[in-house]
Amino acid sequence: MTFPQEHVAGAFAPVAPALILALPLLGAVLNGLGAFLWPDNKRLPTLIGPGVLVAAFAVVVANFVAMAGAAPHEPVVAHLWTWIESGDLRVGVDLQFDQLSMIMCMIITGVGSLIHIYSVGYMRADPGYSRYFSYLNLFVFFMLILVLGSSFALMFVGWEGVGLCSYLLIGFWYQNRAYADAGKKAFIVNRIGDAGFLIAMFMLFGVFGTLDFAPITTTAADTLPYGGLLVTGITLLLFLGCTGKSAQIPLYVWLPDAMAGPTPVSALIHAATMVTAGVYLVARTSVLFALAPTSQAVVAAVGAGTAIFAATIAIQQYDIKKVLAYSTISQLGYMFLAVGVGAFTAGVFHLMTHAFFKALLFLGAGAVIHTVHHAWDHAAHGDADAHRGDPNDMRNHGGLRAFMPRTWACMWVATLAIAGVFPFAGFFSKDEIIWSAGAYGYPLLWGVSIVTAVLTAVYMTRLMVMTFHGSNRTFGHEGEIPALQHLREAPAVMWVPLAVLAVLSLVGGWVNIPEALPLPRIDWLHHWLEPVIAPAAAVAEAHGVHAAHASPVGGGEALWAGISTLLGLGAVLVTFRVLGRRRVPTEAEASAPEGFARVLHDKWYVDELYDRVIIRPSIALWRACWKIVDAGIIDGAVNGGGHVVRLSGWLGAQLQTGRVTTYLVVFVIGALLVLGALG
Amino acid sequence: MADFLFFLFAGGAVFGSLMMVTRRNPVTAVIFLVAVFFSTTGMFLLLDAHYIAAINVILYGGAIMVLFLFVIMLLNLGHANWSDLRSPFAGLVVGAIGVAFLGMLVQKLLGGAGVLASEPAGAALRAATEEQGIVGVVAGPLFTEYVVVLEVTGILLLVAIVGTIRLARRESA
Amino acid sequence: MTADTLSSLGSPGAVALMVSALLFSIGVIGVLLRRNAIIVFMCIELMLNAVNITLVAFSRVHGIDGQILVVFVMAVAAAEAAVGLAIIISVFRHYEVVDLDRFRVLKW
Repeated sequence: MTFPQEHVAGAFAPVAPALILALPLLGAVLNGLGAFLWPDNKRLPTLIGPGVLVAAFAVVVANFVAMAGAAPHEPVVAHLWTWIESGDLRVGVDLQFDQLSMIMCMIITGVGSLIHIYSVGYMRADPGYSRYFSYLNLFVFFMLILVLGSSFALMFVGWEGVGLCSYLLIGFWYQNRAYADAGKKAFIVNRIGDAGFLIAMFMLFGVFGTLDFAPITTTAADTLPYGGLLVTGITLLLFLGCTGKSAQIPLYVWLPDAMAGPTPVSALIHAATMVTAGVYLVARTSVLFALAPTSQAVVAAVGAGTAIFAATIAIQQYDIKKVLAYSTISQLGYMFLAVGVGAFTAGVFHLMTHAFFKALLFLGAGAVIHTVHHAWDHAAHGDADAHRGDPNDMRNHGGLRAFMPRTWACMWVATLAIAGVFPFAGFFSKDEIIWSAGAYGYPLLWGVSIVTAVLTAVYMTRLMVMTFHGSNRTFGHEGEIPALQHLREAPAVMWVPLAVLAVLSLVGGWVNIPEALPLPRIDWLHHWLEPVIAPAAAVAEAHGVHAAHASPVGGGEALWAGISTLLGLGAVLVTFRVLGRRRVPTEAEASAPEGFARVLHDKWYVDELYDRVIIRPSIALWRACWKIVDAGIIDGAVNGGGHVVRLSGWLGAQLQTGRVTTYLVVFVIGALLVLGALG
Repeated sequence: MADFLFFLFAGGAVFGSLMMVTRRNPVTAVIFLVAVFFSTTGMFLLLDAHYIAAINVILYGGAIMVLFLFVIMLLNLGHANWSDLRSPFAGLVVGAIGVAFLGMLVQKLLGGAGVLASEPAGAALRAATEEQGIVGVVAGPLFTEYVVVLEVTGILLLVAIVGTIRLARRESA
Repeated sequence: MTADTLSSLGSPGAVALMVSALLFSIGVIGVLLRRNAIIVFMCIELMLNAVNITLVAFSRVHGIDGQILVVFVMAVAAAEAAVGLAIIISVFRHYEVVDLDRFRVLKW
């Protein structure tokens, strides 16, 4: 059974497929060499780092345009070479070009380019400049492998690779022990998810005899029984991998700690691209999930649960990046809710819009942190002992609107987008998810997602109020450093990408306007992704799964779209008024929150729970293995062998007394034995 | 008659050996050993080994025992002023070993005893002795079949002499 | 003991063998029991003599070769006695006693 290669009706041929991967890899290698050989040279990485990304973006656009023209119905696979050929297993380095992978590539290289350009400004003063760009390029390389891989095996290569780069970049400032530990935490927690992925791969190979997407997608409906144990097991294990990589319950705990890395890293990896790999995986294997309604329900429930859970924590965080981290977890929950109920396109849609506004939010936060940090540096006049607070802490911000107007404006665009206010991007994507949850028969999750939307608006507005509005509090610890005169807007290399992303956050949602709204109907994204989702849609169709036309409590889509946007806008306005009036204590004079606020601030004590229930018993077990099994039993056996030999040697030596009498006795006893042995 | 004598000699040998093993005074032990040798000589005679009997007395009783006496006198050990028997516990262990040995030997040897039951056993020997004489019956094979062993034994004795002289020489400065 | 041997008790050959075994055992006991080196040597001579008895007893049946062997045993016994006593004399010059328990230098 052969699968379509390059010769398809409509004739889409990939444009320089290997170049897409080769460019970032080249960038990583060159910057890596630069880090070793010319660590102080900043021109080379500045040119190469963003340069290879922009070039890769150009190639991807070329492919995108070509695909838009040719409109193929089957994926086109570009063979590069055969990697593994062992028995029945054949894994090739083959790149799959279809609509889904193209969308992902556009996001990765496009938003990635903007973030690389931004990083030139943000990381300029850092001694690890070359190393940073090397890692960042390497990350893009692996992420592209992840989305372009035509088999589970190759995707897994990318999966692991981005995990590695995440570890390297989270612990970028590795001299700080806490940051290095955060990197380790990310990697280790991800490993747990990866185990699920691996087992699912084994099972898939066992059932299908191949790991390539195309044959599996085509034959899945015929091979696996609907709702069967096997397909449910496979999909749940795959989802375990997703909870790790995309930070859902229970494996989300690494993402807030990952904020230890540089802010552009958080923007690229932990907002726009790597964490979306899980959503991509579910979309890619949509047919498998469509065959397992139990798994779908689990995915949807976990997604919605995570969304509201993370939103509650975000409300009580004071670190600006932590708020955004929990926001990311919450929004990822939305995406999983979407693909869980079967609205795969809605999930990818939100992935796209979220990449725009979340990257914007992180880069904006980075600009704020950068400015505050710089201001304190200048004010202290190089005095390293001057008391400074945490530049990330919003209680040390305040009133920055006057100093950073462009950043302020862009961040408000992103806030309104994430709050789901019409006509910003987030409105369309989030609204579609909420509607789908109701329409596909999940009323509880529908209600949860609406509540979460309100919470989202609340915590984002709180972030904006504390950072940009109110009175200025950036005078450092105990008012020792007046820093006001040093606060200024971010340099152009940083705010221009912000502006670009702001535009995208505004118009990005217009690619998919539902027909229910009294607007020109555009469902470009739906059409675009249709061929990819077709197998899953066919399965759903065959088993009577369809979307209703009214919400669980009645009312059509237009009505609820209006309600949700009003709720979002209302939440923003109310929060703005209420919090805008309150005086925010600085970090120095703030006291720990009390009561329920404390529980939220302390992240519902999940990390502590894991520590008690999992980590400490595991460490005890491993210590036992070390002390008892390894040092005690194994070493004991080996050393014991030595002792036995020495003992027997000693015993033998006792025979050598040097006394004639002893020898006589032994002689006689020996003679006795010989005599006895003789016939 | 021959049987009675045989039992007499046998008993004498055993008695003498027991005495020898338990005497404190070395000289007394030597005397008892000589008595043992006399008894065994008698046994040899009654077993038709006349030549062996003769050299038993000459060699063992006359040469070796005299040598022992010489050494005892030389080293002035002729007084029984120290008991060199070991402790009773050692005696027990040694006794056990001895009994074990005895049992083992008896069991091995008496397997072959049936062969000796018949009286005609010895007839061939007596006939040969009649024919070639007492010495001749031993000397014949000794100088023909076993001449090589004989010569080697001669060398052995030479070595023993040389070694003895060398060992016993007083180290003079 | 087999029925044959039982009936053969009383014949000189069998008694000779028993005596030989007995003398040998007594010799062994003596070797192990006494500390005086010279007495130990004498017990060894006793053991050799016991062996001679066995050889002679069997040569009645199996031919003259047994007695030939006795001749050689006696020669070797003599040589061994001479050399052994020479050693004892030489050792005595150093230790002043012939107590076997005092001779401990066989260790390295």
